[in-house]
Amino acid sequence: MIPAPFSYVRADSVDHVLSLLVEHGDEAKVLAGGQSLLPILKMRLARPEVVVDISRLSELAYVRVEGDEVAIGAATRHREVVDSADLQRDVPLLPYVASLVGDRQVRHRGTFGGSLVHGDPAADLPAAVLALGATFVIQGPAGRREVPAPEFFQDYFQTAVGEDELLLEIRVPRVPGVGWAYEKFTRRANDWAIVAVAAVDNRVALANMSMTPMRAVAVEAALAGGASAAQAAQAAAEGTSPVTDMHADEEYRGHLARVLTERALVTAAGR
Amino acid sequence: MQVTTTVNGEARTDEVEDRLLLVHYLRDVRGLRATNVGCDTTSCGACTVLLDGESVKSCTVLAVQADGREVSTVEGLAAADGTLHPVQAAFRQEHGLQCGFCTPGMVMACVSLLKDNPRPTEHEVRDGLEGNFCRCTGYHNIVRAVLVASGQDPK
Ligand SMILES: Cc1cc2nc3c(=O)[nH]c(=O)nc-3n(C[C@H](O)[C@H](O)[C@H](O)COP(=O)(O)OP(=O)(O)OC[C@H]3O[C@@H](n4cnc5c(N)ncnc54)[C@H](O)[C@@H]3O)c2cc1C
Ligand code: FES
Ligand code: FES
Repeated sequence: MIPAPFSYVRADSVDHVLSLLVEHGDEAKVLAGGQSLLPILKMRLARPEVVVDISRLSELAYVRVEGDEVAIGAATRHREVVDSADLQRDVPLLPYVASLVGDRQVRHRGTFGGSLVHGDPAADLPAAVLALGATFVIQGPAGRREVPAPEFFQDYFQTAVGEDELLLEIRVPRVPGVGWAYEKFTRRANDWAIVAVAAVDNRVALANMSMTPMRAVAVEAALAGGASAAQAAQAAAEGTSPVTDMHADEEYRGHLARVLTERALVTAAGR
Repeated sequence: MQVTTTVNGEARTDEVEDRLLLVHYLRDVRGLRATNVGCDTTSCGACTVLLDGESVKSCTVLAVQADGREVSTVEGLAAADGTLHPVQAAFRQEHGLQCGFCTPGMVMACVSLLKDNPRPTEHEVRDGLEGNFCRCTGYHNIVRAVLVASGQDPK
């Protein structure tokens, strides 16, 4: 499979990217790690005229501790998230979850921001940043804005990042010593989750239980009301609308959500 | 676009189409046909090469993205006098291949894995090779080969 023809531009700064996005509108596509975009181009599900490569922009690839947050540049690769000593110490959920994304080859190219902007409900990092309560820094022609995680994931493969905008940075609260867990259920190696559950203290987020990653609000409410992990986990499928596909039907996904939520809460409480 | 890429130590400049995939550049432009295309959908790892020393699936990287970078393929592993790289020698000794289709990518994935983790456990080997499919061997002899290449006794 070969992509339809396009012009490739290697961006040399964030301003360069933004000017290209304004100039070409929906004919331009940002290329980060390419681990989702290149398969899409090869299958010709998209035919952009211009592909803007941000993968060499060092100004977008960093992990920095800033006050009580850690700032992660959008083009930081999964591999660098896995290896970051700052994240391992302050937000251990993220290196762990990043280590479960795809395989080594995918993690050598794929980026933290690319995975989030892609907006796949089955992806791992979106659920993790939702449980952490991350903030997204987005830049467009009208300037810079900050979007909280619940407003970032808007619909199936649809996030708050507009066509003429660039995700610059993801800010996550530092939570050293706070209990965390990520339970991912797959049937095959290097695969996406059939269902996954992220827990940070008493905050719980679900992957692949809806058109977007979502907080398990009923579970969180039950915990706040004093329920045990086992009791609260029974509410994990409430308010969800998972797909039925070749891997699992809605009922089985609901079952997985309950089982994985209980495991995640027990693991998080023990950490 | 013009790309200047060093492949297996040899730098060259070529004019390529912007949409050309790295694997096709290696096979069709550079004439290095060991690297295979299997799934063509970023799954099987048959197309694995090293880009600046890191394993990547060359069916999912553009040739233009290798501009100014170093690419290593299995053709460049053995020494000039033909002495096999330790991973190649271990694959031969432990029968880590049958049809050989997955082997060029598998060997490069193993080289990358051992670079990051010089003495992996058996579990770490299996986990580290999750992006490479082999339809013949059942993986056991591949795992043994990696352990042998890392100087360990696979028992
Ligand atoms: C075999 C395989 C297995 C995988 N398994 C998993 C898995 O288990 N779990 C999982 O979560 N993911 C998985 N993935 C997806 C992987 O996480 C990708 O790396 C990720 O989805 C996309 O990141 P990228 O940097 O490669 O983005 P790209 O493919 O370059 O881009 C993806 C999309 O985001 C846009 N984009 C990228 N960066 C920005 C930015 N900074 N601002 C604005 N728009 C941007 C692009 O325009 C494009 O639309 C897998 C992928 C493969 C190939
Ligand atoms: S051909 Fe590239 S991963 Fe299968
Ligand atoms: S040896 Fe035949 S696919 Fe691996």
